[in-house]
Amino acid sequence: METATAQDILWPEVDLIRNEFPILQQTVNGRPLVYLDNGATTQKPVSVIRSMQEYYTQYNSNVHRGVHTLSQQATAAYEAARHAVAAYIGAHHHEVVFTKGTTDAINLVANGFRKAFLKEGDEIIISAMEHHSNIVPWQLICEEKGAKLKVVPVSDNGELDMDAYRSMLNGRVKLVSVTWVSNTLGTVNPVKEIIALAHEQGIPVMLDAAQAAAHIPIKVHELDVDFLALSGHKLYGPTGIGILYGKESWLEKLPPYQGGGDMIRHVTFEKTTYADVPLKFEAGTPAICEAIGLGAAVAWVNKVGIHKILAYEHQLTDYAVAALRLIDGLRFIGDAKHRSGAISFLVGDTHPSDVGVLLDQQGIAVRTGHHCTQPLCDRFGIPGTVRASLAVYNTTGDIDKLVDGVRKAVTLLG
Amino acid sequence: MTIKEQQDRIIEDFEVFGDWMEKYEYIIQLGKDLPLIDPQYKTDDNLIRGCQSKVWLHAELKDGILEFTADSDAVITKGLVSLVIQVLSGHPPKEIAEAEIYFIEAIGLTSHLSPTRSNGLLSMLKQMKLYALAFQAKSMQN
Repeated sequence: METATAQDILWPEVDLIRNEFPILQQTVNGRPLVYLDNGATTQKPVSVIRSMQEYYTQYNSNVHRGVHTLSQQATAAYEAARHAVAAYIGAHHHEVVFTKGTTDAINLVANGFRKAFLKEGDEIIISAMEHHSNIVPWQLICEEKGAKLKVVPVSDNGELDMDAYRSMLNGRVKLVSVTWVSNTLGTVNPVKEIIALAHEQGIPVMLDAAQAAAHIPIKVHELDVDFLALSGHKLYGPTGIGILYGKESWLEKLPPYQGGGDMIRHVTFEKTTYADVPLKFEAGTPAICEAIGLGAAVAWVNKVGIHKILAYEHQLTDYAVAALRLIDGLRFIGDAKHRSGAISFLVGDTHPSDVGVLLDQQGIAVRTGHHCTQPLCDRFGIPGTVRASLAVYNTTGDIDKLVDGVRKAVTLLG
Repeated sequence: MTIKEQQDRIIEDFEVFGDWMEKYEYIIQLGKDLPLIDPQYKTDDNLIRGCQSKVWLHAELKDGILEFTADSDAVITKGLVSLVIQVLSGHPPKEIAEAEIYFIEAIGLTSHLSPTRSNGLLSMLKQMKLYALAFQAKSMQN
């Protein structure tokens, strides 16, 4: 009898999952592709690709307009996708606004706060581990309004300083916007506590769930979060689509983001009235095909089971951290107690970009650089990191190849 | 040697490498051997920003010949920089400005030239040509 491999112990059926991803069946630079850049974007299962192909080959048509059959089919599929995403995050469907992605969703909220709520002397709280997309939109509106951007510091092991956070909450704070999972450090933040503390003082909270959506079950009503943003392409879906979840009361209060078709009720040159939420925020022809693709992606994740994904990725992350730790001179950037499968590291004094180039030569795709978190890299005094980020189709074999690849790269650079 | 001859020599050098490891071993060695840039020129003004690694480039005209020195914080980038300097440094500005650079593709390093947020090699090539044009314009004025 053959000896069981680590993969057999963790989850032998992962091959069935891998088979659903055509892109993973190829070689890159002469080696079987090892795709560990899932924090940047995940690959797409064949069901997602097929749903998009079906849309364009069978019922491409504009939504919310036509009385003809194809338009009704397209509208039904587009709205079904909204229902699917809403169910996935435990929301009502009218609380889900389709956006271009997380960045677009954050900009939508920032723009609404700029127009309706933010005044000189107000404060907005973010954290030191935010992606640029959860820094710059707030910076722009704070500059414009004379408001202050407050930043919750991060500890050496990559955790939020919750004492500092508590002390920053006061009557001037108009919004807290933080990430659920750090794309660079992998830290899973205590979002429930963050939300509860802010709510004690009547402050709304927005969560950037871009790095959480494919890895952690989301229940927005249980969390009592006010806004939440995610991207389809990091959730096994297509690019160009994401969602903003907003509590109905908040979405009602926020002014429209962009003007155009589909978001109106009645237009005259004197006065326009707007459609109900969420369509108030969906000006113009939306990314119909991409929304349908996202619906298919959510269906795929539901088929596998987000709890199964969480459990498997947790074990795979532990396996990866343990294996990487054995490499001489390797240090992790971010070593939080609660972590997700984004694993950042540096080896000795090698430059992350050099390691990335040499891993690519071995068919291993990782991300190197500052991961759009320059302030965070400055905080740790580093030019960037090598980041391996996991998805449900990764295996212990991928991790073993990564470890070998890093060793080879470090020897060459030595 | 002309710019073209330099490129052909590099292409010939790279033909002997059996696999990617030998190729990169050589590039890394070149990176380590690249003469140090005078620290006074390692300034923000001379910095070419790539997303991942930094490159400092200094240009100086001596007796009608344009010479480049450079540095990078990443050793593979430094090796690539060294190759570009071998090709372009030590020629009159006009020749540099008009040179067609083909060796990078020929030795299979095209990926390093992607105009995305990579290592700044493409920006560096552009910057060298801009220097050459600027010095050429200046010498024509004099």
